[in-house]
Amino acid sequence: MAYPPAAQSSPPRQPSVKVILTSADVQRVVDRIAHQILEKTQGAADTVLLGIPTRGAPLARRLAARISAFEDISVPVGVLDITLYRDDLRRHATRAVGPTQLPAGGIDGMRVVLVDDVLFSGRTVRAALDALGDLGRPASVQLAVLVDRGHRQLPIRADYVGKNIPTALAESVKVTLAETDGVDEVRLYGEEAGR
Amino acid sequence: MIRHLLSGADLDADTATQILDTAEEMAAVAGREVKKLPALRGRTVVNLFYEDSTRTRISFEAAAKRLSADVINFSAKGSSVAKGESLKDTALTLQAMGADAVVVRHPASGAPHRLADWVDGSVVNAGDGTHEHPTQALLDAYTMRSRLGRLAGLSVAVVGDVLHSRVARSNVLLLSTLGAKVTLVGPPTLIPVDIAAALAPGTGVCYDLDTVLPSSDVVMMLRVQRERMSDSYFPSAREYARRYGLDGPRMARLPEHAIVMHPGPMNRGMEITPEVADSSRSTIVEQVANGVSVRMAVLYLLLGGNNR
Repeated sequence: MAYPPAAQSSPPRQPSVKVILTSADVQRVVDRIAHQILEKTQGAADTVLLGIPTRGAPLARRLAARISAFEDISVPVGVLDITLYRDDLRRHATRAVGPTQLPAGGIDGMRVVLVDDVLFSGRTVRAALDALGDLGRPASVQLAVLVDRGHRQLPIRADYVGKNIPTALAESVKVTLAETDGVDEVRLYGEEAGR
Repeated sequence: MIRHLLSGADLDADTATQILDTAEEMAAVAGREVKKLPALRGRTVVNLFYEDSTRTRISFEAAAKRLSADVINFSAKGSSVAKGESLKDTALTLQAMGADAVVVRHPASGAPHRLADWVDGSVVNAGDGTHEHPTQALLDAYTMRSRLGRLAGLSVAVVGDVLHSRVARSNVLLLSTLGAKVTLVGPPTLIPVDIAAALAPGTGVCYDLDTVLPSSDVVMMLRVQRERMSDSYFPSAREYARRYGLDGPRMARLPEHAIVMHPGPMNRGMEITPEVADSSRSTIVEQVANGVSVRMAVLYLLLGGNNR
């Protein structure tokens, strides 16, 4: 008497990976958001771009570079580390704190555009808003994201969205950028291969 | 991540570097409009001080408050300790009050180690007897790194009353972990035999300050702890000052970039002259400011996450 081969009882499901945005797509999307920022802020005067680490920081720098290429205006760029403002600090081992770098002019009275790669639960953005409140008093705050994958847990929305990706909760979205990962790409992983 | 900080030897190079890096971010908070971070909201830090202290206690209190923790200050004077309560009973009381961290200074060497067995929270040694004072070593390392740009390869002379100095012990342990070369300098009566080998191999001992100065990047003057001295370790204060005190002419023998440190409180005129203490090479005031940032980093790394 022998057990049936394992493959017969349950065939292994293929981990599904789908490329949502290719390198060229990412560039086009960044260009479009740069144009939208220029349009919505009437020329991006008194505007500061703050990237949320890890991948928001290079995205913010790219947006600033594109904006200055299109309109010949130099938009200050900074980095806003939100680690100490997270609401899940106690659920994980202690997280390393990253640098926060504000532009020389600060953020008081400026229009701050927060930049991040993926908008998901909205908790990161909430933490970023709290952090901003401790750093100064911006005139207004907007949000730019490369990908909005839905499933918000807080009343937060983005002002500039590169791509809306309808996802299931069990799926995961992975953004890679040339600066941090060597290649520009947005992938959607199925339930199997997530994280 | 470590759970307690009891000794400079608790920290490996990576953890120590992480604390120093985190302290750099914490230092940025001091320059902000709102000098407060929410990371330790709802956590309770007890400052348990069995010995007099100004800067260490205030420094820990400021650090905990900047991280939004609740701080309870407990000093042995005017408490049940004066009525004879033991350290263990006090520890159990703190435990019952839900202390997440206990910062303890005690005249008995090893008291924080005992305390760590009795409480569930993290224990931070803020100086125990003549044993260790690890956060002082961390803030000294931070100060050296920010002034000189590195720690590896630095020559550090620790001068004075090594025998009674917890600062010296913690510094030797931490600095050698981080790659600096430490030389202990002082009268033979105040440098225990074999201490260099016992603490960290590679540590030097020299009984003559003047030969060490020209090759030192950092000179750390220790306080002469008269309150811990029951015997006479040197003939007179004047002779000590003459042989081991840092004055203007001695400072001139240091390399151009070298810095002068002192953990405070100073005996001006004894181990250091006012001229040196107030010079631009002296980092004494900087050390105090850095102390808050470093202690914020330590408290955050011990209490910030779920490290149980």
